[in-house]
Amino acid sequence: MENMMKWLNDPVVRSVLALILAPVLGGIIMGLDRKITARMQGRMGPPLMQPFYDIIKLMGKEPFVLHRPQILYTMLHLVFMMITVVMLVTGQDLLMVLLIHAFSSIALVLGGMSVRSPYSWIGSQRKIMQILAYEPILILLILGIRLRDGSFLGSAVLESQEPLIYSMPLLFLAFVCVLAIEFGKSPFDVSSSHHAHQEIVRGVYQEYAGPFYCLTEIAHFYELALGFGLVMAFWHTNILCGFLLETVVFLFLLVVDNAFSRLTTGWMVRYMWTVPLSLALANLIWLWR
Amino acid sequence: MTKATAKSPWVVHVNCNSCNGCDIEFLACLTPMYDAERFGVVHIGSPKHADIMVVTGSVNHRNARVLRNLYEQMPGPKVVVAMGICPATGGIFADCYNVLGGVDKVIPVDVYVPGCPPRPEAMLDGILEGAAILAQKQQNTPTVKPVMKLKIVKPAPAPAPAEAPAAAGATGEQAVAK
Ligand code: SF4
Repeated sequence: MENMMKWLNDPVVRSVLALILAPVLGGIIMGLDRKITARMQGRMGPPLMQPFYDIIKLMGKEPFVLHRPQILYTMLHLVFMMITVVMLVTGQDLLMVLLIHAFSSIALVLGGMSVRSPYSWIGSQRKIMQILAYEPILILLILGIRLRDGSFLGSAVLESQEPLIYSMPLLFLAFVCVLAIEFGKSPFDVSSSHHAHQEIVRGVYQEYAGPFYCLTEIAHFYELALGFGLVMAFWHTNILCGFLLETVVFLFLLVVDNAFSRLTTGWMVRYMWTVPLSLALANLIWLWR
Repeated sequence: MTKATAKSPWVVHVNCNSCNGCDIEFLACLTPMYDAERFGVVHIGSPKHADIMVVTGSVNHRNARVLRNLYEQMPGPKVVVAMGICPATGGIFADCYNVLGGVDKVIPVDVYVPGCPPRPEAMLDGILEGAAILAQKQQNTPTVKPVMKLKIVKPAPAPAPAEAPAAAGATGEQAVAK
């Protein structure tokens, strides 16, 4: 057992494990999401493994691109997302993690912008608005961690004895809003919604086809796993509590997703920059020493 | 992979001057009542993500090239389902001067679903039949693909998008005549 723990603490082993487990977890979360959403709407819903069927099928399609840079952007999107996951599990600098994650999204937007398709452009612009809406909150979150633990390192959070949620509950609420944006949940699903495949909100994915679309889907699985990993980090001292927190957040997001309709990008930015931002700032005040 | 293909047919819906009856019925298949998603069917907006193209309406001279363009934008393996009697023969519009009378005059069709409009159950059946054919096609395409062999599709010239060079034409896929 002792040996095992030592082995798990090795950063290389951890990164490899995270890289393999994260997409599996992300896929299962997505499958659960589709299943539970279907049940909430009184439908049967697809099987739990449906996201995996989808990506396996996409892998087998004809490779189909508009031009070569598009391949590069897709790869960058996936690779930077993987780097984010690795950096997070090895406890690197959180600011760096944030920037690399942002770059991953930017690569997706660049890919969408690089083709001459109005749908793709509009979708990409909506994605940019999304990034604009949630980045300040994430920066404040990291600032809060800096104020509490005196370090930007992710490992400092894991080493502290007190769970984050005790000292930053308001920041946690703001973070749930960020999660809703990243997972494409109503009312924030202005880009990359899970459910409206035929609407403009999927515009940014419009021009990716076959295996390249598959890569963006895998990146999305990583993103899902990343988001839930972060929720877990808010209560890292007790795995059971962390898991409970995660379940509550997940179900809450699903209920909100089904109960609200989509609103405009302008509303989203206005909302994110008022309510969650003031929550986050208020939380920072009492962390300030 | 064949199994996964059969389980996740993504559908794009093309309206070629249909009377809208079939379209409304088809969209109704996605509602909780019939729940097409339990078979993994997802209604997709872009032909580039789709596996199955559902065509409604009798095709006329004007939208035939749009239809062909859309068909060529789908990455293979792909299947076309003709939904209703219009795309099969022209239906009640068959005698019109502008109607070509049938999707199979333009692109190869794999499944015909008769009816005016077809019952939702028949539509779902047609799509699942299409998924089975899709899996077959997937199996028949050579599995050892060169990994990075790409087909570059030139974007259409901006002012006249209809004149896209037909570079994306699929391989010699023949219709499974029914
Ligand atoms: S088959 Fe009937 S319902 Fe369908 S488009 Fe033709 S006329 Fe309309």
